[in-house]
Amino acid sequence: MDFLTEFPEMGRQDLRDLKKSIDAGFREFSREFGQALETFFEPLLRFLVWLETLLLATPWPIILIVVGTLAWLGSRSLKIVIGSVLSFVAIGYFGMWEDTMSTLAIVSVATLVCFVLGIPLGILMARSDRAQTIVTPVLDIMQTIPAFVYLIPVVMLLGIGKVPGLIAVCIYAIPPIVRLTNLGIRLVEKEALEAADAFGASYRQRLFGVQIPLALPNIFAGVNQTIMMSLSMVVIASMIGVAGLGVPVLRSISNQYLALGLMNGLAIVALAIIFDRVSQSYGERLQKHRSGGHHD
Amino acid sequence: MTEPKIRIQNLYKIFGAKPQSVLKEVEQGMSKQELLEKHNHVLGLKDINIDIPAQGVSVIMGLSGSGKSTLIRHINRLIEPTAGKMIVDNEDVLAMNKQQLMEFRRHKASMVFQKFGLHVHRTVSENAAYGLIIQGTPVNEAKQQSQKWVERVGLAGFEDHYPSQLSGGMQQRVGLARALATDAEILLMDEAFSALDPLIRTDMQDVMLGLQEELHKTIVFITHDLDEALRIGDTIAILRDGAVIQQGDPQEIIMNPADDYIVDFIQDINRGRVLKVKTMMSRGHSVTGPNIPATMSLEEALPLVSASDYKVGNVVDESNDVLGSITLDQVIAGLVRPEVTTNPESRYR
Repeated sequence: MDFLTEFPEMGRQDLRDLKKSIDAGFREFSREFGQALETFFEPLLRFLVWLETLLLATPWPIILIVVGTLAWLGSRSLKIVIGSVLSFVAIGYFGMWEDTMSTLAIVSVATLVCFVLGIPLGILMARSDRAQTIVTPVLDIMQTIPAFVYLIPVVMLLGIGKVPGLIAVCIYAIPPIVRLTNLGIRLVEKEALEAADAFGASYRQRLFGVQIPLALPNIFAGVNQTIMMSLSMVVIASMIGVAGLGVPVLRSISNQYLALGLMNGLAIVALAIIFDRVSQSYGERLQKHRSGGHHD
Repeated sequence: MTEPKIRIQNLYKIFGAKPQSVLKEVEQGMSKQELLEKHNHVLGLKDINIDIPAQGVSVIMGLSGSGKSTLIRHINRLIEPTAGKMIVDNEDVLAMNKQQLMEFRRHKASMVFQKFGLHVHRTVSENAAYGLIIQGTPVNEAKQQSQKWVERVGLAGFEDHYPSQLSGGMQQRVGLARALATDAEILLMDEAFSALDPLIRTDMQDVMLGLQEELHKTIVFITHDLDEALRIGDTIAILRDGAVIQQGDPQEIIMNPADDYIVDFIQDINRGRVLKVKTMMSRGHSVTGPNIPATMSLEEALPLVSASDYKVGNVVDESNDVLGSITLDQVIAGLVRPEVTTNPESRYR
């Protein structure tokens, strides 16, 4: 009777030993390779620190001008430019300038890393069905596993700091860009590709001349999603030592500072909206062939 | 007769998991139906042998599912055959390696597609220049070189438009310009005009025939439309269930259809307009009557013959030399349809 009501679980002692041996094994691994990994990520850390220092050292009026210019170059819309500059003015006025600069630095670097790794991975997935069947479940895991779970091994390996934070952000934020690059390329019209083949296009000519340009709307949606998701990770990243807007949010959770939490939270939202609008209108402008006088 | 430009020899295409394993049985004559039931493979093409002469328009026609689009894609090897040879200018396309095949596609054979296959992110002039860009010509130079063709197909002034801003007929003009710009000797046209409205289709046929008169390309034209085939084809091959059932001169096919399928096929054509005087004439000495060019249609010759005193006319060639004569009876005989089979099993439409 007991057999049916109680699930036949493995022995308590065995389970404890299993967990212990996994932990010990990983500790061994991190002792062995922790240093090497740290050296590997050193350039990334330097770049991140350099960018953060640069943003913090630059006088605020210049940052405002740069923000306005970038918004203009991206969107060509006066409304978005004014909105972006005003948001930054408000952020500065409410005393969140430094934190915002730190967050900008880590989000930019994370996006860059996701872009550099994610797009080739997406292309590979589109090219080979086998790669797709292998990568898709990995992406599923990355998107659904609670962030705290992969923070543990990352912190064990690299300690607390900017690089583990960056890795955590990237793990969470890279799936959309990979998925949408793959999807975009796979959705490219068969006829357009056949024409490229019929005229003797090489693999590179096919990829860069037809597949990627035609997949751009989807790839852009992926970049956009990646930026949004890395912004939403800054609070969790701040738990393992990443400076930025996440830190005061964390502080306000433990101390019940409503106003502090709200302000910093809204600053993150403001950044997200600016990134979103600018990148989306840039993406739209890249595809002028889609606009204007459509025929039948 | 000169050496054909393209020789298709014993070409087979079987779709399925292991086509090689069933090839033997197909070669021994297994039918499409049997192959599907026994081995779950689909017979695409069966023992195709066609010689395509240089500088002419060769039409391959058949209804949907007959394998015609599959066949044309074997010429530039967009589809790999299961067995057979595809000889172009004495070279077997199927034996080429990747690099050779790429060169072949870039310089020897260009293609026009039923659904145009334009690149929507490129302008008209960039699309027209595409073949040249792929060959490695710098973009601006390629555009300059292809400009001539953009103008020839009647798209001057639309160079900077995107395909989505053009009508279907205009889009196919871009497709035609793109195919012509590479100066390839062979032009593969896969139902190139089938997606167009009837009037625009006729218009495009005229554009193509006009260009052909001066370019003399080797054109392989796929269509399901018999009127189109008769209008533009120098030779016609008719495909059914992946096999060629008749090939030859259009006049010949109409006068001597090989089987009931073709008889059925040619039921609705306007015989008077398609058949030429030369097909119905008898060779011999001149008679007393009007001169009628050999290439004139029966429809046009009928009033001339009918109005003559002895109901007979002289058939002459381009230099007005007499080839023979044609009587009113012969004209009328040409207009009579062959008997329709009454067996409902053999109706295809």
